[in-house]
Amino acid sequence: MKDQTLQIRTSPHLKRPMATNTIMLHVVLSLIPVMAFAVYSFGITALLLITTTTAACVATEYLLNGKERGKQNIKDWSAVLTGVLLALTLPPGFPLWMAFVGGMIAIALGKFVFGGLGQNLFNPALVGRAMLQAAFPVAITTWTETLVNGRFSHIIPSSLTIPFLEPIKADAVSGATPLSAFKFDKVSTEIQDLAFGFTSGSLGETCAFLIVIGGVYLGVRKMLNWRIPVGILGTVATLTTILYLSDPVTYPSPWMMLFSGGLMLGAVYMATDMVSSPLSTIGIWIYSFVIGLLVVLIRIWGGLPEGVMYAILFGNALAPILDKSIPHRIYGMSSKNQNKNRA
Amino acid sequence: MAIKKTTPTKVGFFQSLASAPSTDEFIKGLWRENPTFVQVLGMCPTLAVTNSLTNALAMGLATAFVLVASNGLISSLRNFIPKQVRIATYILIIATFVTLIDYGIQATSVSLHKSLGAFISLIVVTFASKNSIGLSLLDGLGMGLGFTFALSCLGALREIMGNGSLLNFPIFGPAYQEWVVMILPAGGFLPSPFGYFFLML
Repeated sequence: MKDQTLQIRTSPHLKRPMATNTIMLHVVLSLIPVMAFAVYSFGITALLLITTTTAACVATEYLLNGKERGKQNIKDWSAVLTGVLLALTLPPGFPLWMAFVGGMIAIALGKFVFGGLGQNLFNPALVGRAMLQAAFPVAITTWTETLVNGRFSHIIPSSLTIPFLEPIKADAVSGATPLSAFKFDKVSTEIQDLAFGFTSGSLGETCAFLIVIGGVYLGVRKMLNWRIPVGILGTVATLTTILYLSDPVTYPSPWMMLFSGGLMLGAVYMATDMVSSPLSTIGIWIYSFVIGLLVVLIRIWGGLPEGVMYAILFGNALAPILDKSIPHRIYGMSSKNQNKNRA
Repeated sequence: MAIKKTTPTKVGFFQSLASAPSTDEFIKGLWRENPTFVQVLGMCPTLAVTNSLTNALAMGLATAFVLVASNGLISSLRNFIPKQVRIATYILIIATFVTLIDYGIQATSVSLHKSLGAFISLIVVTFASKNSIGLSLLDGLGMGLGFTFALSCLGALREIMGNGSLLNFPIFGPAYQEWVVMILPAGGFLPSPFGYFFLML
């Protein structure tokens, strides 16, 4: 900032050099390996899907920002991040027009209804996905096989559905995700396939290994709170180990629970959204425990094979209550006075 | 209903009509004090029955009938009802008309009665007017038609999006992709933010 004028404003005056756009840019950069792997395993369709949702998010953000506040924050990468995250939660053959609608809803309903950047109660990408899941339940659970021959020259036919029409019924074999295979057919998937992404699933959820690397990078740079992924994954691991030891036939192994589905992506990139997670450290531990618990409950006893999305949205809804009920240190105050000044 | 009346800058047809007290009583329910859009009353039936235009129209017209009939009867009897049993009498009168319309719908179409369910009986939770007979009738008519209008808008939108049809007549052909969420109760909340953004763009 090169302002020559005298600026009068309240504290804090000292700023960290890390601004919103720096953090957002680094999160997007750390997702590049995940995106690259998605394009590698699902081909050109994945690239189209990521482009579509990102374009939808950025365009919606641009339009609504310009109209509502007369101020553009389109350059801060947050809309790009929402678009990329939304694409990573969608199945590869998802019709592009639905993905575009999802991107628009993510920004409009997930972010601007609450007042724009920094005001949203829920993670915008997950709001978009939840809406798509409710509106098009069949399309969003139609999976395609990974590593198909000719994936770089042919687009999955259902992707190019004409807007507002039903997706074309693909004659290709539809692959079950590891979680649905276990839930409905009791088939376990090999752990190395899960960790390195040689399974069917949403774009970004297959390769747990790359997500962990991205998460460690962001954690080291202090761009995400490491307690959230550690708390969620720790809760899931502990609970499923207990269940697995009690009955290894009925319950999936903890490794399978950790590395399958959207858990890694959700724990590392979605639950750690700075806006929609709690402020205090105790609040963060409770928040991550609740999300982990809900993931286990929904996956094992719920009707759906995957529950990370609903678990995180529920955790987001809990965050304001945690912030209200647990005193947290207010910036620029000594710990002695802060409780007095809280009200 | 303490909504401040705005002075119109340009006197149009509706404003000049609205300047007469009787027409104003009628117009206000249709638009300015619309029970659904402005007063946000009766949201429970609004969310539950607007999943198709047929349901919405039936619900709205039933409510309009009950409002007009009970408003008329109550305002004509208002000088004869003792204060102590006022509310009980009002509810008795309204419940009579609700039962009438409930049986009427059941006799005409059982499937419609099933889809409207308990919400017909819940019309009994309406309000009574203290005006003269003529004004009360107009007030009831305006409010009832305003409610019908609002429900029909939502019902048409939700049926078109959620089912690809209007009044059970398919308008987009068999390949149309339904937005399942729109005909679920949760879909009742969605038209309002959509409308808000539509107005902003």
